[in-house]
Amino acid sequence: MNNEFLMNLIYIISSCLFAFGLKFLGSPVTARRGNILSASGMFLAIIATLAGSHVISFQWILIGILIGASLGALVAFKAAMTQMPEMIALLHGCGALASVFIGWIAYCVHGATDLTNTITLYLSIVIGGLTFTGSAIAWGKLSEHIPGKPILFTGQKWLNTGIISAILVLGVMFIMQPARYDLFLIILGLSCLFGIFMVIPIGGADMPVVISVLNSYSGVVACTTGFVIHNTLLIVVGSLVGANGMILSIIMCKAMNRSITNVLFGAFGSVVKKSATGEKKEAKAISVEDAFLILENAKSVVIIPGYGLAVAQAQHAVRELGEFLEKNGCDVKYAIHPVAGRMPGHMNVLLAEANISYDQLMEMDAINPLMENADAAIVIGANDVVNPASRHDKSSPIYGMPIINADKAKTVFVLKRSMATGFAGIENELFYYDNCRMIFGDAKQTVQALVAEFKSGQSR
Amino acid sequence: MELIYLLFILVLSVFLGFALISRVPPLLHTPLMSEANAICGIIIIGALVSAGVDANSTLTIILGTSAVALATFNVVGGYLVTERMLKMFKKKG
Repeated sequence: MNNEFLMNLIYIISSCLFAFGLKFLGSPVTARRGNILSASGMFLAIIATLAGSHVISFQWILIGILIGASLGALVAFKAAMTQMPEMIALLHGCGALASVFIGWIAYCVHGATDLTNTITLYLSIVIGGLTFTGSAIAWGKLSEHIPGKPILFTGQKWLNTGIISAILVLGVMFIMQPARYDLFLIILGLSCLFGIFMVIPIGGADMPVVISVLNSYSGVVACTTGFVIHNTLLIVVGSLVGANGMILSIIMCKAMNRSITNVLFGAFGSVVKKSATGEKKEAKAISVEDAFLILENAKSVVIIPGYGLAVAQAQHAVRELGEFLEKNGCDVKYAIHPVAGRMPGHMNVLLAEANISYDQLMEMDAINPLMENADAAIVIGANDVVNPASRHDKSSPIYGMPIINADKAKTVFVLKRSMATGFAGIENELFYYDNCRMIFGDAKQTVQALVAEFKSGQSR
Repeated sequence: MELIYLLFILVLSVFLGFALISRVPPLLHTPLMSEANAICGIIIIGALVSAGVDANSTLTIILGTSAVALATFNVVGGYLVTERMLKMFKKKG
């Protein structure tokens, strides 16, 4: 039994641990155990690799590990939960860049040995390059280093088509002449360039899809790198991650009622024309005191949070309001739309951080049948995801998008700064419904005012 | 011949991935993605092998060390941030 056999045996154990890790993520009760299993799988794989392969120089490896581990720990502990999407984008980018470097070294040291090797090396640097720069741009947009609005210019489509064709043509040339180092470098450069142009035309509201797609790509890169260096564990894990990104992309697109191609190449939001609203109706405003009187008598309340809630940092105030409502004998649920937040599941994390019990967090499909029984719905910082126009108005850009049926509740309170439109730039007809009341002002202050009403109501 | 075995592994793993991940509730999709990020850091084993091969060329040393650092960042950052998020999911009572 030689070293390599033993190493591969440990790789099999690692794969199983990764699979169990993902399986345990199926429930919040077992999820942490899953994370630990997965991490131990990673640890085993690293030890096995160091022991089993022909590693000559340990000093550089040690330096690399020290730098990476300390930076990783620092960023992981420092990142706020609202910053999770950009953190994830950053991790995607790093993983992709590491894959590119591995492919580069393999090419420098061994050259392209055969046809399969050349093709997978080509795929690895193309996808790795564009994932790296794409993630970097996504990171910039999410952290607001770059404007979140779609960046468009004339001839953009032609430029992109040109870059893609160049990558393809040079790819064929490279596969026929694998020894051409210059081709390798040009392809890598063009791929990095394409990653930039791929993400800049995509608006902030579509970021959940972009992150999911980049997640999928980072898995694919790991996979192709596995083919380049003949490593089975990379292929297994790369496929798992690739499948993960793909599933999440599909879920996000369905939640927005759009196709992946439309998100990636459509530049939503930039072409929306003002839908002509026939009669100008008046939205009815309500004071915090009056809203309190209705909430005080409510037996069930559904709170519908959007990203505006996180922007206003109102999570803790909302939890307090929820607790007062519950003390009042009211049933409180939170209705989470799949695209509430900047990445899949983001809103759940933000509410969990505010100590809201996770069994109160309801998915859209689970809460919608219950909306008719709700005495009140409170919409905080959400807009397009509660717009009933998506059900019947065929001219609306969001027609067909699944929404949370806030309008079905007996009374709907909408907490909003002003009558401004949401991301899609369209009027929300919910605001003009008879059962809808607007509470204007900063979301956090409004919720705090409601909490104060409950407090004084208790002492009375 | 080896290629066909690798493709075999690829196809079956994709199916496994779909089966496992479609069971994860939307509640945990963010931790799922950071977990996926962390395990994607498995390229660290590729980086370790590459960084150790040819210590004579400056380019490979730079690329290799960077690859190890980036992949370690991915692994450590990914697992720690997942742990931090999962710790917050609590049930009342």
